[in-house]
Amino acid sequence: MSKSYNMLLAGFGGQGILFAGKVIAYAGLMDGQEVSWLPSYGPEMRGGTANCSVCLSDEPIGSPQVLTPDVLVAMNQPSLEKFVNDAVPGAVILVDSSLIEKKVEREDVKTFYIPATALAEEHNLKGLANIILIGKLFKETGFCEEAALEKALDKCIPPRKAHLKEPNMKAIQLGMSL
Amino acid sequence: MAIVFEKPHALSDVPLHYCPGCTHGIVHRLVAEVIDELGIEGKTVGIAPVGCSVFAYNYFNCDMIEAPHGRAPAVATGVKRALPENVVFTYQGDGDLAAIGTAETVHAATRGENITVIFINNCIYGMTGGQMAPTSLPGQVTQTTPYGRDVKTAGNPIRVCEMLSTLDGVALAQRVTVDCVKNVNIAKKAIRKAFENQIEGRGYSIVEVLSTCPTNWGMTPNEALQWLRDNMIPYYPLGVYKDVTAEGGSHHE
Amino acid sequence: MAERVLMKGNEALGEAALQAGCRHFFGYPITPQTELAAYMAKRMPKIGGTYLQAESEVAAINMVLGASSAGKRVLTSSSSPGISLKTEGISYIAGSDLPAVIVNVQRGGPGLGGIQPSQADYWQATKATGHGDFQCIVLAPSTVQEMFDLMMDAFDLADLYRTPTMILADGALGQMMEPVEVKERPKRDIPEKTWAANGHQGKRKHNVINSLYMSPYDLERLIKERFARYDVIKEKEQRAELYNMEDADIVIVAYGATSRVAKSAVKEARAKGIKAGIIRPITLWPFPNDAIQQAAKTAKHFLAVEMSMGQMVDDVRLAVNGVKPVSFLGRTGGVIPTPAEVLHEIETIAGGLK
Repeated sequence: MSKSYNMLLAGFGGQGILFAGKVIAYAGLMDGQEVSWLPSYGPEMRGGTANCSVCLSDEPIGSPQVLTPDVLVAMNQPSLEKFVNDAVPGAVILVDSSLIEKKVEREDVKTFYIPATALAEEHNLKGLANIILIGKLFKETGFCEEAALEKALDKCIPPRKAHLKEPNMKAIQLGMSL
Repeated sequence: MAIVFEKPHALSDVPLHYCPGCTHGIVHRLVAEVIDELGIEGKTVGIAPVGCSVFAYNYFNCDMIEAPHGRAPAVATGVKRALPENVVFTYQGDGDLAAIGTAETVHAATRGENITVIFINNCIYGMTGGQMAPTSLPGQVTQTTPYGRDVKTAGNPIRVCEMLSTLDGVALAQRVTVDCVKNVNIAKKAIRKAFENQIEGRGYSIVEVLSTCPTNWGMTPNEALQWLRDNMIPYYPLGVYKDVTAEGGSHHE
Repeated sequence: MAERVLMKGNEALGEAALQAGCRHFFGYPITPQTELAAYMAKRMPKIGGTYLQAESEVAAINMVLGASSAGKRVLTSSSSPGISLKTEGISYIAGSDLPAVIVNVQRGGPGLGGIQPSQADYWQATKATGHGDFQCIVLAPSTVQEMFDLMMDAFDLADLYRTPTMILADGALGQMMEPVEVKERPKRDIPEKTWAANGHQGKRKHNVINSLYMSPYDLERLIKERFARYDVIKEKEQRAELYNMEDADIVIVAYGATSRVAKSAVKEARAKGIKAGIIRPITLWPFPNDAIQQAAKTAKHFLAVEMSMGQMVDDVRLAVNGVKPVSFLGRTGGVIPTPAEVLHEIETIAGGLK
């Protein structure tokens, strides 16, 4: 049976939204899936909101723009408010509850409240809230084989920043444990 | 039989279309003589402008490219970057170089593009029939300044060598003329230096040649030369505005 | 199979140009194509090539004219407003029979417009990329892999037919990442550039690169020769992808990113039992008239979908030539049509067909 995901990741510029999307897309690719990654672009990426669409599928990707996500990762309140009603019934919604007070009122979606930013601080993983959420997303959806996650990090972390691999792996494992 | 006069090899046999008394012919010959003397015809690529010298691509025996109006420095940049061992020169008039192509000129100069620029300044648009040029003198009557160039409405002329001499990429900026034998000799030396600079990799060299346009000025050739001496040279003084070889290359250090 | 790597569309264009032997890039920054320039700025100095940030688009395209005259493979890229500035140079390049590759990562217009994806430069690319009687070959990728493949092809086509060749992409394709496999393209026989202005070395008559002809008869003869070459291009180089076309009643014609939206819609339409298919032009000039005329024999309705107010639809109508109805669905200003909108249009047409 063909499996596919239409994911939307959204938050502030600087939270690593686009990077997280890239890790997910690369994990899909390492897993042999068809993938696409489409960012929002323009002045908004300089300090404003950022979002990206990530599609994973066994078949070639049609429209790369995710309008009705089955996975929504929200890392700030405006993003959650903007996209929560676009999610399809049954969608997985991850909310960084250390930054978002609001609760999702819909009952036809699976919402997980993860204080990812606070957890990152606590575990000496500053700036890796995005990666913690990937770990959690993996646990809830199994969007790729587990081994693909590490391979994806190898692809996404440039060699001159190789020392960041270890904390990133820790962040994924922390997310998976939640 | 002894040959007492012949065309430089770098000039083709195509008859020049220039008007009687126009100094383009003299400058073409000087460029061709320098190309011959330096033995570089086989590796030279010339860029012709839009304006009276648009047909220069027919007159020189080296490879030639006809550029869009004002874009010769950009075209020359493309050629020189692609073929750094070749010799690239542009031949441009005042409208081409100092009006529509000002941006290309200033930026090729400030990048220090290693090219040679021959700039014909005759204070008028010749090809289109005598309109105001960026270098037309204050008070000069042209088809589009019928009451004389009023600087309050038409703006002031541009002194190209003075302007470009402030830029670090420029190796040579010299203004010459060809109104008499002495000045023709000075002009040829300047043109030779402009080509030698390129061969030595010194950067952008421009030789501005004050020229006549008897047809559009409405003068005889002799009157035109006298008008050039009386009116153009005072506004556009002859001389070397920048020469990195004279200054020991200090501008590049 | 070679390794598939994730690349942005703009970066895939850059890498493909390098693979195609292009060592000269002249450009000017503009969103949303800037990653291509940045890629070239990073790579060219390491492989002995030229990256030059010009003072303007006008200068950049004329640097392209120069490097192409010198006989080299050369690239420039921009986005819609910048392409308008390049059209002067493109006309001269065409008039001088020079090869060159030009990328347009389209954004909304007119004027400064916007920076979101658009296909509103179709007319400019295919009908009037500058003054005078001429055409550019125009290639329209729809995936990042195709950005790579068509860029490789573009250099061959440009050299083969001595004509400017444009990659007409859009902001979505430029910005998005997809897997790319770096692979060889079919080899084509490219003639030696004996016409180049690269110094005659005393071994041949001087070459002149020129677009000026004072005799109207000379100019007419030359243009007619060029158009004879265009006929060869039309005959040999039309390309289109057919999707679900075997039994299609409703034919969507869409290119680039829009074709992917259409693909999503057609999948859903098929699931609902509507026989919809897609003709996706890969060459916009030459337009794939043959594929459309073939389809017009059996299909019942054509629907052009574009990110514009309706530009390519003109060519669809010319190809269909009144044999079947042709309708249009478009969004403009940087808005991407949604699969739901396209599906709704397909269902409306299907309702009318019954």
